[in-house]
Amino acid sequence: MSSKISIIDYGVGNMSNVVRAFEYSGADISVVDTPEAVKGAEKLLLPGVGAFQDGMMGLAERGLIDPIKEFATSKKPFMGICLGMQMMMDFSDEFGRHDGLGLISGGVVKIPSEGLDGNPHKIPHIGWNELVLPQGRRSWDDTCLEGISTGTPFYFVHSFMVVPDNESHRVGDCIYDGRAICGAIRSGMLMGFQFHPEKSGEAGLTIIRNFIKL
Amino acid sequence: MSNIRIIPRLDIKGPNLIKGIHLEGLRVIGDPHEYATKYYEAGADELLYMDIVASLYGRNNLSDIIKRAAHNIFVPITVGGGIRSVDDVKHILRSGADKVAINTAAVARPELIHEVSRRFGSQCMVLSVEAKRVSPGKWEAYTDNGREKTGLDVVEWVKKGVELGAGEILITSVDFEGTKKGFDVDVVKAVSTEIPVPVIASGGMGEMKHMVDVVKEGKADAVAIADLFHYDRAAIGEVREFALEADIHVRRV
Repeated sequence: MSSKISIIDYGVGNMSNVVRAFEYSGADISVVDTPEAVKGAEKLLLPGVGAFQDGMMGLAERGLIDPIKEFATSKKPFMGICLGMQMMMDFSDEFGRHDGLGLISGGVVKIPSEGLDGNPHKIPHIGWNELVLPQGRRSWDDTCLEGISTGTPFYFVHSFMVVPDNESHRVGDCIYDGRAICGAIRSGMLMGFQFHPEKSGEAGLTIIRNFIKL
Repeated sequence: MSNIRIIPRLDIKGPNLIKGIHLEGLRVIGDPHEYATKYYEAGADELLYMDIVASLYGRNNLSDIIKRAAHNIFVPITVGGGIRSVDDVKHILRSGADKVAINTAAVARPELIHEVSRRFGSQCMVLSVEAKRVSPGKWEAYTDNGREKTGLDVVEWVKKGVELGAGEILITSVDFEGTKKGFDVDVVKAVSTEIPVPVIASGGMGEMKHMVDVVKEGKADAVAIADLFHYDRAAIGEVREFALEADIHVRRV
């Protein structure tokens, strides 16, 4: 167990609030942007908002793509938030098809512009939505969602959604007008959250504390 | 739809939380941080801070207040008032804001909407519009707390803003703000039904049923509430309960 967490700065968006929430929860945060620092991290955090292509370009420009892939094979904890989660996948269709990090197999596609009833709904999907257990999953024990009950709301803001190839990687869903949107993924020590734990009040801080305790 | 968001609105002048009447008369209420913390703990879905004298000085002065807020408040924070450039946005985001609400500078130079959304994502770019009724079904956009006309039709302006990259629209009614008579449901509806992004209704909430009206009839996605909360005429929990009873989905805390 280590409270030392390295957060990747790849020049996109605003990460000060992620840093603040982790520090508030007791983490020892270092902001990293070099291949060496990524390789040497004990736990890695990939935050981010913004466009997928800009995010991947930010990582590529700093030579971080291979170091992240290498880290991901080390069985050390890795968390992606929002765009960070999306970049963990093989590809995204945001503004054309772009390669992701490929840490978890699957892709990122646009949220359907209509609910299941056929009525158009607002995109981006903004606001608090309940995270629920996906079909076939019984509990969140042994994940960073441990201690959180199904139906707890988290803060989402996104226009694209992750679709993992392997259903067992899908840890939490939210239902947007009848459509299941993947809210949390996990494969071994790799985990991703579409919502913002740093902006989801006490429930979000619980996830952060669980990650610190790993 | 998503849960309807309940957003306490904190109008700030200098170091103080103030209350405005028709966006003009001012009264000091207290220390914004004390109120913000109370609202966070009571389950506010987001917070909205507006520097209401910023445009007079040409800059936003909320940086210190936001830094303090971001230290112990972990819900989204939107900041508006006097934000004029990508650099201003960067500065206030670093202070702890998640989104910016821009009115005057966007009217003066609409490309700013595109620049901000391209750089920080459209989720960060809230287009703030002050709407004043000019005839039935017609509203003009104003700036500077309802003092300056822009000549822009509200619905047309909002549509253009969304095309340029605005991720949310904050509609404040110049006519209803501070009156406690309820939201301007018509303008919220006129905007909300025309655009695919969420609309935050602001100005005029005097009692809890006003929220029901603007959500059910106006199709608002979020409501900004100021003095109903500041003067403790209703608590956030009560508004939440009232909404649930009216069959409006809000976050359960």
